[in-house]
Amino acid sequence: MSTPETSVLKNLDEVRAMIRRHKLNDYIFSIVGLLALMVGLLTLLTLFVDLVMDGYPRFNYEFLTNFPSRRAGSAGLLTAWVGSLLVMTVTFVTAVPLGVAAGVYLEEYAPKNWFTDLIEINVSNLAGVPSIIYGLLALGLFVYILDLGQSILTAGLTLALLILPVVIVTTRESIRAIPISIREGAYAVGATKWQVVSDHILHYSFGGILTGIIIGMARALGETAPVITIGALTFIAFLPPAPVMAEPPFLSFEWLESGFTVLPIQMFNWLSRPDHAFHINAAATGAIIIMVTLLMNGTAIWLRYRIRKNIKW
Amino acid sequence: MQPTETPIKAEARNLSFYYNGGHKALKGINLPVHEKKITALIGPSGCGKSTFLRCFNRMHDLYPGNQYEGEIVMHPDNTNILQKAVDPIEVRMRISMVFQKPNPFPKSIYENVAYGLRVRGETNKRDMDDKVEEALRGAAIWNEVKDRLHEVAFNLSGGQQQRLCIARALATDPEIMLFDEPTSALDPIATASIEELMSELKNKVTILVVTHNMQQAARVSDYTAYMYLGELIEFGNTDTMFTKPSRRETEDYITGKFG
Repeated sequence: MSTPETSVLKNLDEVRAMIRRHKLNDYIFSIVGLLALMVGLLTLLTLFVDLVMDGYPRFNYEFLTNFPSRRAGSAGLLTAWVGSLLVMTVTFVTAVPLGVAAGVYLEEYAPKNWFTDLIEINVSNLAGVPSIIYGLLALGLFVYILDLGQSILTAGLTLALLILPVVIVTTRESIRAIPISIREGAYAVGATKWQVVSDHILHYSFGGILTGIIIGMARALGETAPVITIGALTFIAFLPPAPVMAEPPFLSFEWLESGFTVLPIQMFNWLSRPDHAFHINAAATGAIIIMVTLLMNGTAIWLRYRIRKNIKW
Repeated sequence: MQPTETPIKAEARNLSFYYNGGHKALKGINLPVHEKKITALIGPSGCGKSTFLRCFNRMHDLYPGNQYEGEIVMHPDNTNILQKAVDPIEVRMRISMVFQKPNPFPKSIYENVAYGLRVRGETNKRDMDDKVEEALRGAAIWNEVKDRLHEVAFNLSGGQQQRLCIARALATDPEIMLFDEPTSALDPIATASIEELMSELKNKVTILVVTHNMQQAARVSDYTAYMYLGELIEFGNTDTMFTKPSRRETEDYITGKFG
């Protein structure tokens, strides 16, 4: 018979061997996980570096201020980035109020029944609808039925529809992150639903909502398919009418009806040419799109961090 | 009933309550709430004391499917505050609440207290300043915060946050204040200061407090109600309840044989 002391020691050895075996799994997974991470990250990084190296000769001021041209060396992005900027403005102005209002309604006002459940499921599904479908829908609705033309307005509204689900879903998620006790505290002093929403809910969820908006906008910036479907021009050598004028009424909305091109379409156009010189332009444009997108996402992360810092539950 | 009793501020009459789904959480409760006294609700977890408290400011109306039966009548105006015709917001304007966990808004100390006043349409800066100061003094926290009124309320300690929430509930000059286990998230020192504060507050306002700390009920309250499984088992003077309760169940709970 072994004394209790030795049996404890023997068990201890077994326990240590078991811990070692189990820890091996930890080790294996951390390697596998790291590899999985690197596959995605390195591919993207390689792509980005490749684009930057190819497009490097065109990274200069003229590239941003020149109109497109038949000569690759003097062709520029002016119409494309102005077009993108204007389209994004329309998208922002429509998608933000619609998306935030819809999200607030679903979360705070809508009764909970089968109908709102159905709406919820559909909103989430809409985020997964291929973007070309939005393009076809917009072609039918905005271009033919509403007769808005193949314009900046049409493109902006189309992309607004496209990112609406993203804005709605992130709005709802950031509202849901607010603890129920804060809400009850506000109701308990006699606030109405609207006072709770405008004085509390929107303030405290602002960071999250903003993040959703920026990420949605970054996605819209890179969208090509729906904009082609509604008929963006691939070669355009004029700028839309300026929105601001020197004489009264100072503001003009003529630009909304103007034809346009956007960055990804300009890139697509250059890429489809046989002349290699244009491919350099395309690479430079690609690198710029990626940089702007990363910048927007980075801003979103930074803003969320800044705003959340003062709000902890 | 003793002849020396103070007037009744509110009373529950045959009050039952059903949660969404039909669970009957309160069963025909009759309870008077005496003016400018502290009434404590005690009982084991799940006995319905918080549910009962939250009927008084119609908090249950925030969630769909909940249903009241019976009445809570406010005096002297004889309004049944559970009536459909009475807006829950009107009820919350008259009856304020302090919650279990301190729940200040992520705003400045000043804004936390001022919010109830803003909701009531107060716009005069000077009146607002005066009322905020009065409420903070009333909640015994003025001296600690007077130099940092515009700092965010989260920087305060737990006990200070709870006193801030009391100031918020006090600023609107309520007729009744509801306290839902106000010290259960606090340390003993903060608890003592809240209890002391409650004893002072009853000079101005009627208080209804839920607690599952029996010593607390014995220390601060004038009247005690013992609830069990959604029913009111016994109600009476706190002294009587804790020395010679008339019901066996009450005695078992108070002496710790059960609960």
